[in-house]
Amino acid sequence: MSCVQTIMDYGLRSIGIGERLLPRADFTLCQQFTLIGSGLIWNIYFGVIALIAGFFLATVLALGKGSRIIWLRKPSEWFIFIFRGSPLFIQFFFAYFLFLSLKSVHPFFNPFSSAWAGALVVLFFNTAAYSAEIFYGALQSVPRGDVEAADAYGMSGWSRFRRVIWPTMLRLAWPSYTNEAIFLFHATTLVFFSGFPAQQQRGDALYYARYFADQTFNPFVPYPILAAYFILLTLGIIGLFGLVNRRLNRHLPSDQRRKIRLRPNLIR
Amino acid sequence: MFSFCTDPDSLSDLAWMACYLTTGKHMNFYYAFGTVLVLLAITAPAALAFGFAGASAARSRLLPLSLFGKGYIAIVRGVPDIAFFLFFVIALDQGLEYAKHLIVCPDWDQPIRQGNDFIVCQSAKVPLGNSPQWVHKTYSFFVAVFTFAIVFGAFAANVLFGAMRAVPRTQLETAEAYGMTQRQTFWRIIVPQMWVYALPGLSNLWMVLIKSTPLLFLLGVEDIVYWARELGGTKTARFTDYPHGDWRMWYFLALLVFYLAFTRLSEVVLNRVMGRLTLGQATMGGESQRKAQA
Repeated sequence: MSCVQTIMDYGLRSIGIGERLLPRADFTLCQQFTLIGSGLIWNIYFGVIALIAGFFLATVLALGKGSRIIWLRKPSEWFIFIFRGSPLFIQFFFAYFLFLSLKSVHPFFNPFSSAWAGALVVLFFNTAAYSAEIFYGALQSVPRGDVEAADAYGMSGWSRFRRVIWPTMLRLAWPSYTNEAIFLFHATTLVFFSGFPAQQQRGDALYYARYFADQTFNPFVPYPILAAYFILLTLGIIGLFGLVNRRLNRHLPSDQRRKIRLRPNLIR
Repeated sequence: MFSFCTDPDSLSDLAWMACYLTTGKHMNFYYAFGTVLVLLAITAPAALAFGFAGASAARSRLLPLSLFGKGYIAIVRGVPDIAFFLFFVIALDQGLEYAKHLIVCPDWDQPIRQGNDFIVCQSAKVPLGNSPQWVHKTYSFFVAVFTFAIVFGAFAANVLFGAMRAVPRTQLETAEAYGMTQRQTFWRIIVPQMWVYALPGLSNLWMVLIKSTPLLFLLGVEDIVYWARELGGTKTARFTDYPHGDWRMWYFLALLVFYLAFTRLSEVVLNRVMGRLTLGQATMGGESQRKAQA
């Protein structure tokens, strides 16, 4: 079987298109590359949607945490603490069993016991909490002068936030936020290792890598393939976020621009 | 455990709960919390040692050594840590067995990898097939510890490497002016001074380490996640004296609370330590402490 045929058969296997049965013996390198790459679709799906949705919730939470009104501050603080203070792995398990028992209460919760919705909700909340903490820190370090200047121009409320505070906050937070994005993508690999089942063997990249490692009892091929894919993904994220970073900093002289520094001390 | 537990069916709710929570299996569940703490207690210094070695290697003037150190630090940046856990457990196991195989059975002529199997001679199995249960358990626990130490060592190496570079350049120049060798400068100037710079990173790492302990479950150790799944599942009256429905949600809620309390406690303690260490230091933190007092 040629490699093109394998790609046709298994390229979209993780979302249920193509060959039903996974290869069982005599794995070729091409099969491993194709299936693990196909699983990457799930990682990108979880990562992108959670990141985009989480961005907005994180802004709200950061403003809530910085608010002087106790009814806004306390819930935001607790939300951030709960999702940052406990392991994502346990959150997945808890959410899965929670959704399972909610399923019997109302059919609305049916989709949440499968990974595509349930795990997405957990990742969404999780990244929102981590990003909110980053945004909150940035919000605290928005220069006083910027806000005073906005006041002097007669801006207030929404327009001051939209035109002055928010862009500065993003600019300051962006390097850390890039790290958060990278580690969110790494965290998506946990989904199918917690409670959430992979239906009909449609799993993510790590799911297939482990499948091959278990079948061949040889970790030295599938995991490096997985690692290569993730390094590429990480480079892609860095490139994309770097472009945004350039745009956010475009008004500054080049020596004052904040560079994105990668700091790998962030697992959940 | 209690004397009134002989006939659970006849008990009131509270007494039933007391009996239920003290069954032998629940005791195993509680011991598993101990396993987690032991793991943390062993892994933290081991990872620090690995990190120190990695950071020193990365600073080395020998090119291969420094490339090795930098590669060790860099590889964790791009790859999910869980992939490392899964990889190292098998790789370590096979590496050990292969090394022992070469020593114990030198006249073995078949290939090690036969198709999908990894085959070494019987006497090279680690641990031996006929060894008692506790040897297997201890072995898998220490493989887990070693894996954790390698992965977190890389994180620690990154933190320490940064901290070593944060030591002011003038300090090193002074040391050179006194005629100290590279080695002396490293041990007498850099190492004692780097800890203040490393502490924020290291305390962050400790939090991360706490939060990654549930991954023990993936390494095949019977940890709290294992027992929570085991105990929480639906139990019918046929197999146990304490039948109940699907309680896994509540068990995981308990774990969630355990971790929240643990991280909160660490946060408070580490903040105290940081406060002590920054006292009187010429850093931003020390400066703001001084201003707060004045």
